[in-house]
Amino acid sequence: MNGYLINRARAFSSEVYRFFAFQWEVARRLFRPPYYPKAVWEQMDRIGVDSLSIVVMVGFFTGFVLAFQIGYAMMRFGAKLYVGGIVAVSLVRELGPVLIAMVFAGRVGAGITAELGAMQVSEQIDAMKALATDPLRKLVMTRFLASVLMLPVLVVIGDLIGILGGMLVGVLNLGLTVSFYKSSVVNSLVLNDLFSGLLKPLVFGAMISLVACYFGLNTKGGTRGVGEAVTRTVVVSSVLIFLLDALITKLLFLIGI
Amino acid sequence: MIDIKDIEKSFEGKQVLKGVSLSLQDGETIVILGRSGCGKSVLLKIILRLLVQDRGAVIIDGIDTSRFREEQMMPLRKRIGMLFQGAALFDSLNVMENVAYSLREHTKMPEAEVRDKVAECLEFVELSGTEALMPSELSGGMKKRVALARAMAIGPSYMFYDEPTTGLDPLTSRKINQLIRKLQAERRVSSIVVTHEIANAFQVADRFVVIKDGEILLTGSASEVRGSKLKFVQDFIKGGVIGHGEQ
Ligand SMILES: Nc1ncnc2c1ncn2[C@@H]1O[C@H](COP(=O)(O)OP(=O)(O)OP(=O)(O)O)[C@@H](O)[C@H]1O
Ligand SMILES: [Mg+2]
Repeated sequence: MNGYLINRARAFSSEVYRFFAFQWEVARRLFRPPYYPKAVWEQMDRIGVDSLSIVVMVGFFTGFVLAFQIGYAMMRFGAKLYVGGIVAVSLVRELGPVLIAMVFAGRVGAGITAELGAMQVSEQIDAMKALATDPLRKLVMTRFLASVLMLPVLVVIGDLIGILGGMLVGVLNLGLTVSFYKSSVVNSLVLNDLFSGLLKPLVFGAMISLVACYFGLNTKGGTRGVGEAVTRTVVVSSVLIFLLDALITKLLFLIGI
Repeated sequence: MIDIKDIEKSFEGKQVLKGVSLSLQDGETIVILGRSGCGKSVLLKIILRLLVQDRGAVIIDGIDTSRFREEQMMPLRKRIGMLFQGAALFDSLNVMENVAYSLREHTKMPEAEVRDKVAECLEFVELSGTEALMPSELSGGMKKRVALARAMAIGPSYMFYDEPTTGLDPLTSRKINQLIRKLQAERRVSSIVVTHEIANAFQVADRFVVIKDGEILLTGSASEVRGSKLKFVQDFIKGGVIGHGEQ
Protein backbone atom coordinates (compact mmCIF):
# COMPACT_ATOMS: atom_id res chain seq x y z
CA MET A 1 0.00 0.00 0.00
CA ASN A 2 2.77 2.39 1.00
CA GLY A 3 4.81 1.31 -2.00
CA TYR A 4 1.83 1.90 -4.22
CA LEU A 5 1.38 5.44 -2.92
CA ILE A 6 5.07 6.19 -3.31
CA ASN A 7 5.01 4.95 -6.89
CA ARG A 8 1.95 7.04 -7.65
CA ALA A 9 3.59 10.09 -6.11
CA ARG A 10 6.74 9.49 -8.08
CA ALA A 11 4.85 9.05 -11.35
CA PHE A 12 2.84 12.17 -10.62
CA SER A 13 5.87 14.32 -9.88
CA SER A 14 7.73 13.12 -12.96
CA GLU A 15 4.65 13.90 -15.06
CA VAL A 16 4.51 17.39 -13.55
CA TYR A 17 8.21 17.82 -14.22
CA ARG A 18 7.76 16.79 -17.85
CA PHE A 19 4.84 19.16 -18.24
CA PHE A 20 6.98 22.03 -16.99
CA ALA A 21 9.83 20.99 -19.28
CA PHE A 22 7.33 21.01 -22.14
CA GLN A 23 6.19 24.51 -21.20
CA TRP A 24 9.79 25.64 -21.11
CA GLU A 25 10.34 24.24 -24.62
CA VAL A 26 7.31 26.14 -25.86
CA ALA A 27 8.34 29.33 -24.07
CA ARG A 28 11.79 29.21 -25.66
CA ARG A 29 10.16 29.28 -29.07
CA LEU A 30 7.92 32.20 -28.25
CA PHE A 31 10.49 34.81 -29.14
CA ARG A 32 11.99 33.35 -32.26
CA PRO A 33 10.34 32.88 -35.67
CA PRO A 34 8.90 31.15 -37.62
CA TYR A 35 5.39 31.72 -36.24
CA TYR A 36 3.24 30.36 -39.08
CA PRO A 37 0.77 33.29 -39.02
CA LYS A 38 -1.49 31.61 -41.55
CA ALA A 39 -1.82 28.52 -39.38
CA VAL A 40 -2.48 30.70 -36.32
CA TRP A 41 -5.24 32.44 -38.24
CA GLU A 42 -6.78 29.11 -39.23
CA GLN A 43 -6.69 27.96 -35.62
CA MET A 44 -8.28 31.20 -34.43
CA ASP A 45 -11.05 30.58 -36.89
CA ARG A 46 -11.54 27.01 -35.73
CA ILE A 47 -11.10 27.68 -32.03
CA GLY A 48 -12.92 30.98 -31.87
CA VAL A 49 -15.60 31.15 -34.48
CA ASP A 50 -16.73 27.58 -34.04
CA SER A 51 -17.09 28.03 -30.28
CA LEU A 52 -19.21 31.11 -30.66
CA SER A 53 -22.64 29.49 -30.55
CA ILE A 54 -22.00 27.53 -27.38
CA VAL A 55 -20.39 30.54 -25.72
CA VAL A 56 -23.43 32.65 -26.54
CA MET A 57 -25.68 29.99 -25.07
CA VAL A 58 -23.68 29.54 -21.88
CA GLY A 59 -23.38 33.30 -21.44
CA PHE A 60 -27.06 33.93 -21.96
CA PHE A 61 -28.35 31.29 -19.57
CA THR A 62 -25.81 32.11 -16.91
CA GLY A 63 -26.84 35.77 -16.92
CA PHE A 64 -30.48 34.79 -17.06
CA VAL A 65 -30.36 32.44 -14.09
CA LEU A 66 -28.06 34.72 -12.15
CA ALA A 67 -30.44 37.67 -12.47
CA PHE A 68 -33.34 35.46 -11.50
CA GLN A 69 -31.70 34.17 -8.35
CA ILE A 70 -30.24 37.47 -7.30
CA GLY A 71 -33.49 39.24 -8.02
CA TYR A 72 -35.37 36.72 -5.91
CA ALA A 73 -32.95 37.14 -3.01
CA MET A 74 -32.79 40.91 -3.30
CA MET A 75 -36.50 41.37 -3.48
CA ARG A 76 -36.74 40.46 0.20
CA PHE A 77 -34.45 43.35 1.09
CA GLY A 78 -36.09 45.63 -1.38
CA ALA A 79 -32.76 45.90 -3.16
CA LYS A 80 -33.64 44.56 -6.57
CA LEU A 81 -32.35 47.79 -8.06
CA TYR A 82 -28.82 46.44 -7.72
CA VAL A 83 -29.45 43.35 -9.79
CA GLY A 84 -27.81 44.71 -12.94
CA GLY A 85 -24.63 45.64 -11.12
CA ILE A 86 -24.35 42.36 -9.26
CA VAL A 87 -24.99 40.31 -12.37
CA ALA A 88 -22.39 42.28 -14.30
CA VAL A 89 -19.68 42.16 -11.65
CA SER A 90 -20.07 38.47 -10.90
CA LEU A 91 -20.14 37.62 -14.58
CA VAL A 92 -17.16 39.71 -15.53
CA ARG A 93 -14.95 38.88 -12.58
CA GLU A 94 -15.81 35.27 -12.00
CA LEU A 95 -18.52 33.35 -13.77
CA GLY A 96 -17.80 34.39 -17.33
CA PRO A 97 -14.12 33.46 -17.26
CA VAL A 98 -14.60 30.20 -15.33
CA LEU A 99 -17.69 28.86 -17.09
CA ILE A 100 -16.55 29.73 -20.56
CA ALA A 101 -13.11 28.32 -19.85
CA MET A 102 -14.80 25.08 -18.78
CA VAL A 103 -16.68 24.98 -22.05
CA PHE A 104 -13.47 25.83 -23.88
CA ALA A 105 -11.62 22.97 -22.16
CA GLY A 106 -14.35 20.54 -23.10
CA ARG A 107 -14.68 21.69 -26.66
CA VAL A 108 -11.37 23.11 -27.84
CA GLY A 109 -8.98 21.42 -25.40
CA ALA A 110 -10.46 18.00 -26.02
CA GLY A 111 -10.39 18.62 -29.77
CA ILE A 112 -6.73 19.63 -29.73
CA THR A 113 -5.76 16.55 -27.74
CA ALA A 114 -7.73 14.24 -29.99
CA GLU A 115 -6.19 15.73 -33.10
CA LEU A 116 -2.59 15.73 -31.89
CA GLY A 117 -3.07 12.34 -30.26
CA ALA A 118 -4.27 10.82 -33.51
CA MET A 119 -1.31 12.39 -35.29
CA GLN A 120 1.04 10.97 -32.68
CA VAL A 121 -0.23 7.40 -32.89
CA SER A 122 -0.21 7.45 -36.70
CA GLU A 123 3.41 8.68 -36.73
CA GLN A 124 2.47 12.01 -38.33
CA ILE A 125 4.31 13.85 -35.57
CA ASP A 126 7.41 11.77 -36.31
CA ALA A 127 6.95 12.48 -40.01
CA MET A 128 6.79 16.18 -39.29
CA LYS A 129 10.05 16.01 -37.39
CA ALA A 130 11.66 13.82 -40.05
CA LEU A 131 10.75 16.48 -42.61
CA ALA A 132 12.79 18.89 -40.48
CA THR A 133 9.88 20.87 -39.10
CA ASP A 134 9.14 21.45 -35.47
CA PRO A 135 5.75 20.22 -34.19
CA LEU A 136 6.12 22.49 -31.19
CA ARG A 137 6.05 25.44 -33.54
CA LYS A 138 3.72 24.16 -36.21
CA LEU A 139 1.15 22.54 -33.97
CA VAL A 140 1.62 23.72 -30.39
CA MET A 141 2.60 27.35 -30.81
CA THR A 142 -0.15 28.00 -33.34
CA ARG A 143 -2.80 26.54 -31.04
CA PHE A 144 -1.33 28.28 -28.01
CA LEU A 145 -1.38 31.70 -29.66
CA ALA A 146 -4.85 31.16 -31.05
CA SER A 147 -6.20 30.10 -27.66
CA VAL A 148 -4.56 32.96 -25.78
CA LEU A 149 -6.01 35.41 -28.27
CA MET A 150 -9.46 33.88 -28.65
CA LEU A 151 -10.51 32.87 -25.14
CA PRO A 152 -10.56 36.48 -23.84
CA VAL A 153 -12.61 37.47 -26.88
CA LEU A 154 -15.04 34.63 -26.28
CA VAL A 155 -15.30 35.56 -22.60
CA VAL A 156 -16.05 39.18 -23.41
CA ILE A 157 -18.78 38.06 -25.79
CA GLY A 158 -20.15 35.64 -23.19
CA ASP A 159 -20.13 38.37 -20.53
CA LEU A 160 -22.02 40.77 -22.77
CA ILE A 161 -24.62 38.20 -23.71
CA GLY A 162 -24.93 37.23 -20.04
CA ILE A 163 -25.56 40.81 -19.05
CA LEU A 164 -28.21 41.00 -21.75
CA GLY A 165 -29.76 37.76 -20.45
CA GLY A 166 -29.88 39.35 -17.00
CA MET A 167 -31.53 42.40 -18.47
CA LEU A 168 -34.28 40.26 -19.93
CA VAL A 169 -35.09 38.96 -16.46
CA GLY A 170 -34.72 42.41 -14.92
CA VAL A 171 -37.16 43.97 -17.34
CA LEU A 172 -39.69 41.17 -17.70
CA ASN A 173 -39.65 39.77 -14.18
CA LEU A 174 -38.44 42.38 -11.81
CA GLY A 175 -40.03 45.37 -13.42
CA LEU A 176 -36.81 47.32 -13.99
CA THR A 177 -36.47 49.62 -16.97
CA VAL A 178 -33.83 49.00 -19.59
CA SER A 179 -32.06 52.27 -18.91
CA PHE A 180 -32.08 51.65 -15.18
CA TYR A 181 -30.57 48.21 -15.60
CA LYS A 182 -27.98 49.62 -17.96
CA SER A 183 -26.90 52.38 -15.63
CA SER A 184 -26.69 49.93 -12.75
CA VAL A 185 -24.34 47.80 -14.85
CA VAL A 186 -22.22 50.70 -16.01
CA ASN A 187 -21.98 52.26 -12.56
CA SER A 188 -20.95 49.03 -10.86
CA LEU A 189 -18.23 47.87 -13.20
CA VAL A 190 -14.84 49.42 -12.59
CA LEU A 191 -11.63 49.07 -14.53
CA ASN A 192 -10.27 46.53 -12.05
CA ASP A 193 -13.18 44.20 -12.81
CA LEU A 194 -12.38 44.34 -16.49
CA PHE A 195 -8.71 43.73 -15.81
CA SER A 196 -9.47 40.69 -13.70
CA GLY A 197 -12.04 39.55 -16.25
CA LEU A 198 -9.49 39.63 -19.06
CA LEU A 199 -6.47 38.35 -17.19
CA LYS A 200 -8.25 35.16 -16.19
CA PRO A 201 -9.24 33.99 -19.70
CA LEU A 202 -5.76 34.87 -20.93
CA VAL A 203 -4.20 32.58 -18.33
CA PHE A 204 -6.87 29.90 -18.81
CA GLY A 205 -6.42 29.97 -22.59
CA ALA A 206 -2.67 29.49 -22.22
CA MET A 207 -3.12 26.71 -19.68
CA ILE A 208 -5.81 24.79 -21.55
CA SER A 209 -3.94 24.84 -24.86
CA LEU A 210 -0.70 23.73 -23.22
CA VAL A 211 -2.37 20.93 -21.27
CA ALA A 212 -4.21 19.80 -24.40
CA CYS A 213 -1.09 19.81 -26.57
CA TYR A 214 0.98 18.11 -23.90
CA PHE A 215 -1.42 15.20 -23.48
CA GLY A 216 -1.97 15.01 -27.23
CA LEU A 217 1.72 14.79 -28.08
CA ASN A 218 2.34 12.25 -25.33
CA THR A 219 -0.41 9.91 -26.41
CA LYS A 220 0.59 6.27 -26.30
CA GLY A 221 -1.21 3.09 -27.14
CA GLY A 222 -3.29 3.60 -30.25
CA THR A 223 -6.89 4.72 -30.44
CA ARG A 224 -7.57 3.87 -26.85
CA GLY A 225 -4.66 6.04 -25.82
CA VAL A 226 -6.25 8.94 -27.66
CA GLY A 227 -9.44 8.52 -25.64
CA GLU A 228 -7.51 8.42 -22.39
CA ALA A 229 -5.50 11.49 -23.36
CA VAL A 230 -8.69 13.44 -24.11
CA THR A 231 -10.16 12.51 -20.73
CA ARG A 232 -6.98 13.61 -19.02
CA THR A 233 -7.03 16.94 -20.79
CA VAL A 234 -10.58 17.68 -19.73
CA VAL A 235 -10.03 16.60 -16.12
CA VAL A 236 -6.69 18.31 -15.63
CA SER A 237 -7.71 21.57 -17.27
CA SER A 238 -10.98 21.69 -15.31
CA VAL A 239 -9.14 21.25 -12.04
CA LEU A 240 -6.50 23.79 -13.05
CA ILE A 241 -9.18 26.32 -14.02
CA PHE A 242 -10.48 26.32 -10.44
CA LEU A 243 -7.00 26.31 -8.92
CA LEU A 244 -5.74 29.13 -11.08
CA ASP A 245 -8.96 31.04 -10.58
CA ALA A 246 -8.54 30.94 -6.81
CA LEU A 247 -4.89 31.85 -7.15
CA ILE A 248 -5.47 34.81 -9.45
CA THR A 249 -8.40 36.08 -7.38
CA LYS A 250 -6.30 35.95 -4.24
CA LEU A 251 -3.31 37.61 -5.89
CA LEU A 252 -5.42 40.39 -7.34
CA PHE A 253 -6.95 41.01 -3.94
CA LEU A 254 -3.51 41.20 -2.40
CA ILE A 255 -2.36 43.84 -4.85
CA GLY A 256 -5.70 45.58 -4.51
CA ILE A 257 -7.31 45.00 -7.89
CA MET B 1 28.40 8.92 -44.52
CA ILE B 2 26.42 7.78 -41.51
CA ASP B 3 28.17 5.99 -38.69
CA ILE B 4 26.25 4.16 -36.03
CA LYS B 5 28.22 3.05 -33.01
CA ASP B 6 27.14 0.60 -30.35
CA ILE B 7 23.53 1.68 -30.22
CA GLU B 8 21.58 0.30 -27.30
CA LYS B 9 17.92 0.90 -26.72
CA SER B 10 15.41 -0.48 -24.24
CA PHE B 11 11.69 0.06 -23.83
CA GLU B 12 10.31 -0.41 -20.35
CA GLY B 13 13.11 -2.72 -19.34
CA LYS B 14 13.04 -4.77 -22.55
CA GLN B 15 16.24 -4.35 -24.49
CA VAL B 16 15.51 -4.07 -28.20
CA LEU B 17 18.94 -3.09 -29.54
CA LYS B 18 22.01 -4.45 -27.78
CA GLY B 19 24.90 -2.63 -29.33
CA VAL B 20 24.39 -2.20 -33.06
CA SER B 21 27.20 -0.70 -35.12
CA LEU B 22 26.90 0.05 -38.79
CA SER B 23 28.20 2.47 -41.33
CA LEU B 24 26.48 3.66 -44.45
CA GLN B 25 28.95 4.72 -47.14
CA ASP B 26 28.14 7.43 -49.64
CA GLY B 27 26.17 6.10 -52.56
CA GLU B 28 25.63 2.73 -50.97
CA THR B 29 22.37 0.86 -50.42
CA ILE B 30 22.13 -1.31 -47.33
CA VAL B 31 19.29 -3.72 -46.78
CA ILE B 32 18.43 -4.57 -43.20
CA LEU B 33 16.85 -7.94 -42.63
CA GLY B 34 15.40 -9.21 -39.42
CA ARG B 35 12.30 -10.62 -37.87
CA SER B 36 9.28 -8.56 -37.10
CA GLY B 37 9.81 -6.70 -33.85
CA CYS B 38 13.59 -6.98 -33.82
CA GLY B 39 14.08 -3.22 -33.81
CA LYS B 40 14.60 -2.23 -37.44
CA SER B 41 12.18 0.66 -37.37
CA VAL B 42 13.56 1.71 -34.00
CA LEU B 43 17.06 1.83 -35.48
CA LEU B 44 15.96 4.11 -38.31
CA LYS B 45 14.16 6.37 -35.86
CA ILE B 46 17.24 6.55 -33.67
CA ILE B 47 19.34 7.73 -36.61
CA LEU B 48 16.81 10.52 -37.18
CA ARG B 49 16.66 11.08 -33.42
CA LEU B 50 12.92 10.56 -33.35
CA LEU B 51 13.87 8.14 -30.60
CA VAL B 52 16.90 8.68 -28.42
CA GLN B 53 19.31 5.83 -27.81
CA ASP B 54 20.25 4.76 -24.28
CA ARG B 55 23.88 4.34 -25.27
CA GLY B 56 25.99 4.72 -28.39
CA ALA B 57 26.42 7.40 -31.02
CA VAL B 58 25.07 8.34 -34.42
CA ILE B 59 27.44 10.32 -36.60
CA ILE B 60 25.97 11.94 -39.71
CA ASP B 61 28.45 13.43 -42.19
CA GLY B 62 31.00 13.66 -39.40
CA ILE B 63 28.59 15.32 -36.94
CA ASP B 64 28.01 13.46 -33.69
CA THR B 65 24.35 13.94 -32.75
CA SER B 66 24.49 12.17 -29.39
CA ARG B 67 23.89 15.31 -27.35
CA PHE B 68 21.88 17.25 -29.89
CA ARG B 69 18.75 19.13 -29.00
CA GLU B 70 15.71 18.87 -31.21
CA GLU B 71 16.45 22.06 -33.17
CA GLN B 72 20.05 21.09 -33.81
CA MET B 73 18.80 18.02 -35.64
CA MET B 74 16.80 20.05 -38.15
CA PRO B 75 19.58 20.76 -40.68
CA LEU B 76 20.62 17.11 -40.58
CA ARG B 77 17.08 15.87 -41.03
CA LYS B 78 16.84 17.87 -44.23
CA ARG B 79 19.54 15.62 -45.64
CA ILE B 80 17.55 12.47 -44.87
CA GLY B 81 14.31 11.35 -46.47
CA MET B 82 12.34 8.83 -44.47
CA LEU B 83 9.61 6.58 -45.79
CA PHE B 84 7.66 5.46 -42.74
CA GLN B 85 6.39 1.93 -42.47
CA GLY B 86 2.82 3.18 -42.18
CA ALA B 87 3.32 5.99 -44.72
CA ALA B 88 2.43 8.61 -42.05
CA LEU B 89 0.87 11.03 -44.51
CA PHE B 90 -0.58 14.19 -43.02
CA ASP B 91 -4.24 13.31 -43.21
CA SER B 92 -5.47 16.88 -43.02
CA LEU B 93 -3.50 17.76 -46.17
CA ASN B 94 -4.13 16.56 -49.70
CA VAL B 95 -1.58 14.72 -51.82
CA MET B 96 -0.24 17.93 -53.35
CA GLU B 97 0.25 19.56 -49.94
CA ASN B 98 1.85 16.43 -48.54
CA VAL B 99 4.41 16.17 -51.31
CA ALA B 100 5.02 19.92 -51.35
CA TYR B 101 5.47 20.02 -47.57
CA SER B 102 9.24 20.25 -47.32
CA LEU B 103 9.56 22.40 -50.44
CA ARG B 104 7.22 24.96 -48.90
CA GLU B 105 8.83 24.72 -45.50
CA HIS B 106 12.45 24.83 -46.47
CA THR B 107 12.76 26.54 -49.84
CA LYS B 108 11.60 29.84 -51.26
CA MET B 109 10.56 28.12 -54.46
CA PRO B 110 7.77 29.98 -56.27
CA GLU B 111 4.40 28.25 -56.27
CA ALA B 112 4.48 27.34 -59.97
CA GLU B 113 7.82 25.63 -59.52
CA VAL B 114 6.53 23.76 -56.45
CA ARG B 115 3.66 22.47 -58.55
CA ASP B 116 6.02 21.28 -61.28
CA LYS B 117 8.27 19.62 -58.75
CA VAL B 118 5.34 17.87 -57.07
CA ALA B 119 4.04 16.69 -60.44
CA GLU B 120 7.50 15.35 -61.24
CA CYS B 121 7.75 13.47 -57.95
CA LEU B 122 4.28 12.02 -58.39
CA GLU B 123 5.13 10.92 -61.89
CA PHE B 124 8.18 9.17 -60.46
CA VAL B 125 5.91 7.04 -58.28
CA GLU B 126 3.32 6.69 -61.05
CA LEU B 127 0.61 8.70 -59.37
CA SER B 128 0.29 11.61 -61.74
CA GLY B 129 -2.91 13.55 -61.39
CA THR B 130 -3.69 12.56 -57.81
CA GLU B 131 -2.78 15.98 -56.39
CA ALA B 132 -6.25 16.85 -55.15
CA LEU B 133 -6.99 13.57 -53.38
CA MET B 134 -6.98 13.30 -49.60
CA PRO B 135 -4.96 10.50 -47.94
CA SER B 136 -8.20 8.84 -46.81
CA GLU B 137 -9.11 8.38 -50.46
CA LEU B 138 -5.91 6.45 -51.28
CA SER B 139 -5.23 2.74 -51.15
CA GLY B 140 -2.46 1.45 -48.89
CA GLY B 141 0.01 1.12 -51.74
CA MET B 142 -0.82 4.57 -53.05
CA LYS B 143 -0.20 6.05 -49.61
CA LYS B 144 3.22 4.41 -49.53
CA ARG B 145 4.09 5.89 -52.90
CA VAL B 146 2.85 9.36 -52.00
CA ALA B 147 4.93 9.13 -48.83
CA LEU B 148 7.90 8.18 -50.98
CA ALA B 149 7.30 11.19 -53.22
CA ARG B 150 7.07 13.39 -50.12
CA ALA B 151 10.34 12.04 -48.72
CA MET B 152 12.30 12.55 -51.93
CA ALA B 153 10.81 15.91 -52.96
CA ILE B 154 13.50 18.10 -51.48
CA GLY B 155 16.30 15.90 -52.80
CA PRO B 156 17.87 14.41 -49.66
CA SER B 157 21.27 12.75 -49.83
CA TYR B 158 20.10 9.84 -47.68
CA MET B 159 16.91 7.85 -47.98
CA PHE B 160 15.56 5.43 -45.40
CA TYR B 161 12.87 3.09 -46.62
CA ASP B 162 10.94 1.22 -43.95
CA GLU B 163 9.37 -1.69 -45.81
CA PRO B 164 8.80 0.22 -49.04
CA THR B 165 7.23 -2.64 -50.96
CA THR B 166 5.17 -4.37 -48.31
CA GLY B 167 1.61 -4.61 -49.48
CA LEU B 168 2.32 -3.57 -53.06
CA ASP B 169 1.70 -5.64 -56.15
CA PRO B 170 4.80 -7.12 -57.86
CA LEU B 171 4.79 -4.55 -60.66
CA THR B 172 4.68 -1.58 -58.33
CA SER B 173 7.27 -3.24 -56.12
CA ARG B 174 9.61 -3.55 -59.03
CA LYS B 175 8.98 0.03 -59.93
CA ILE B 176 9.93 1.11 -56.43
CA ASN B 177 13.06 -1.00 -56.50
CA GLN B 178 14.00 0.66 -59.76
CA LEU B 179 13.35 4.01 -58.15
CA ILE B 180 15.65 3.21 -55.26
CA ARG B 181 18.29 2.16 -57.77
CA LYS B 182 17.71 5.25 -59.86
CA LEU B 183 18.06 7.62 -56.92
CA GLN B 184 21.28 5.87 -56.06
CA ALA B 185 22.67 5.98 -59.59
CA GLU B 186 21.58 9.47 -60.61
CA ARG B 187 21.79 11.42 -57.40
CA ARG B 188 24.23 9.28 -55.46
CA VAL B 189 21.64 8.86 -52.74
CA SER B 190 22.73 6.51 -49.98
CA SER B 191 19.95 4.34 -48.68
CA ILE B 192 18.92 2.04 -45.92
CA VAL B 193 16.12 -0.31 -46.90
CA VAL B 194 14.24 -2.37 -44.38
CA THR B 195 12.36 -5.21 -45.99
CA HIS B 196 11.04 -8.68 -45.44
CA GLU B 197 10.81 -9.42 -49.13
CA ILE B 198 13.96 -11.22 -50.06
CA ALA B 199 13.50 -10.94 -53.80
CA ASN B 200 13.28 -7.18 -53.52
CA ALA B 201 16.22 -7.11 -51.17
CA PHE B 202 18.46 -8.80 -53.71
CA GLN B 203 17.34 -6.33 -56.35
CA VAL B 204 18.49 -3.24 -54.49
CA ALA B 205 21.16 -4.19 -51.97
CA ASP B 206 24.86 -3.46 -52.19
CA ARG B 207 25.22 -4.90 -48.75
CA PHE B 208 23.07 -6.80 -46.30
CA VAL B 209 22.78 -6.45 -42.57
CA VAL B 210 21.00 -9.19 -40.67
CA ILE B 211 19.78 -8.32 -37.19
CA LYS B 212 18.89 -10.98 -34.67
CA ASP B 213 18.17 -10.65 -30.96
CA GLY B 214 19.15 -6.99 -30.99
CA GLU B 215 22.57 -7.58 -32.48
CA ILE B 216 24.03 -7.72 -35.95
CA LEU B 217 24.32 -11.35 -36.90
CA LEU B 218 25.90 -10.85 -40.28
CA THR B 219 26.84 -8.16 -42.71
CA GLY B 220 27.93 -8.88 -46.24
CA SER B 221 27.25 -8.84 -49.95
CA ALA B 222 24.47 -10.72 -51.70
CA SER B 223 26.68 -13.69 -52.40
CA GLU B 224 27.93 -13.78 -48.83
CA VAL B 225 24.37 -13.81 -47.57
CA ARG B 226 23.38 -16.51 -50.03
CA GLY B 227 26.42 -18.55 -49.06
CA SER B 228 25.99 -18.07 -45.35
CA LYS B 229 25.86 -21.27 -43.34
CA LEU B 230 23.90 -19.65 -40.53
CA LYS B 231 20.59 -21.38 -40.22
CA PHE B 232 18.76 -18.18 -39.35
CA VAL B 233 19.96 -16.55 -42.57
CA GLN B 234 19.14 -19.53 -44.74
CA ASP B 235 15.70 -19.84 -43.19
CA PHE B 236 15.13 -16.17 -43.77
CA ILE B 237 16.10 -16.40 -47.41
CA LYS B 238 13.99 -19.42 -48.02
CA GLY B 239 11.16 -17.83 -46.12
CA GLY B 240 10.98 -20.89 -43.93
CA VAL B 241 10.20 -20.95 -40.28
CA ILE B 242 12.85 -19.04 -38.42
CA GLY B 243 14.71 -20.49 -35.46
CA HIS B 244 13.94 -20.05 -31.84
CA GLY B 245 14.29 -17.49 -29.09
CA GLU B 246 13.41 -14.24 -30.83
CA GLN B 247 11.29 -11.50 -29.35
N1 LIG C 1 7.80 3.94 -28.91
C1 LIG C 1 7.91 2.70 -28.43
N2 LIG C 1 7.59 2.45 -27.14
C2 LIG C 1 7.71 1.23 -26.61
N3 LIG C 1 8.13 0.16 -27.29
C3 LIG C 1 8.47 0.32 -28.59
C4 LIG C 1 8.37 1.60 -29.22
N4 LIG C 1 8.77 1.47 -30.50
C5 LIG C 1 9.09 0.17 -30.65
N5 LIG C 1 8.92 -0.52 -29.51
C6 LIG C 1 9.21 -1.95 -29.33
O1 LIG C 1 10.46 -2.21 -29.88
C7 LIG C 1 10.46 -3.44 -30.58
C8 LIG C 1 11.00 -3.24 -31.97
O2 LIG C 1 10.06 -2.49 -32.72
P1 LIG C 1 10.29 -2.13 -34.24
O3 LIG C 1 9.11 -1.34 -34.67
O4 LIG C 1 11.62 -1.52 -34.42
O5 LIG C 1 10.26 -3.54 -34.93
P2 LIG C 1 10.58 -3.88 -36.47
O6 LIG C 1 11.85 -4.61 -36.50
O7 LIG C 1 10.49 -2.63 -37.27
O8 LIG C 1 9.39 -4.84 -36.81
P3 LIG C 1 8.49 -4.93 -38.14
O9 LIG C 1 9.29 -5.67 -39.13
O10 LIG C 1 7.29 -5.68 -37.71
O11 LIG C 1 8.19 -3.52 -38.53
C9 LIG C 1 9.05 -3.97 -30.52
O12 LIG C 1 9.03 -4.99 -29.55
C10 LIG C 1 8.23 -2.82 -30.06
O13 LIG C 1 7.22 -3.26 -29.19
MG1 LIG D 1 9.21 -1.85 -38.53
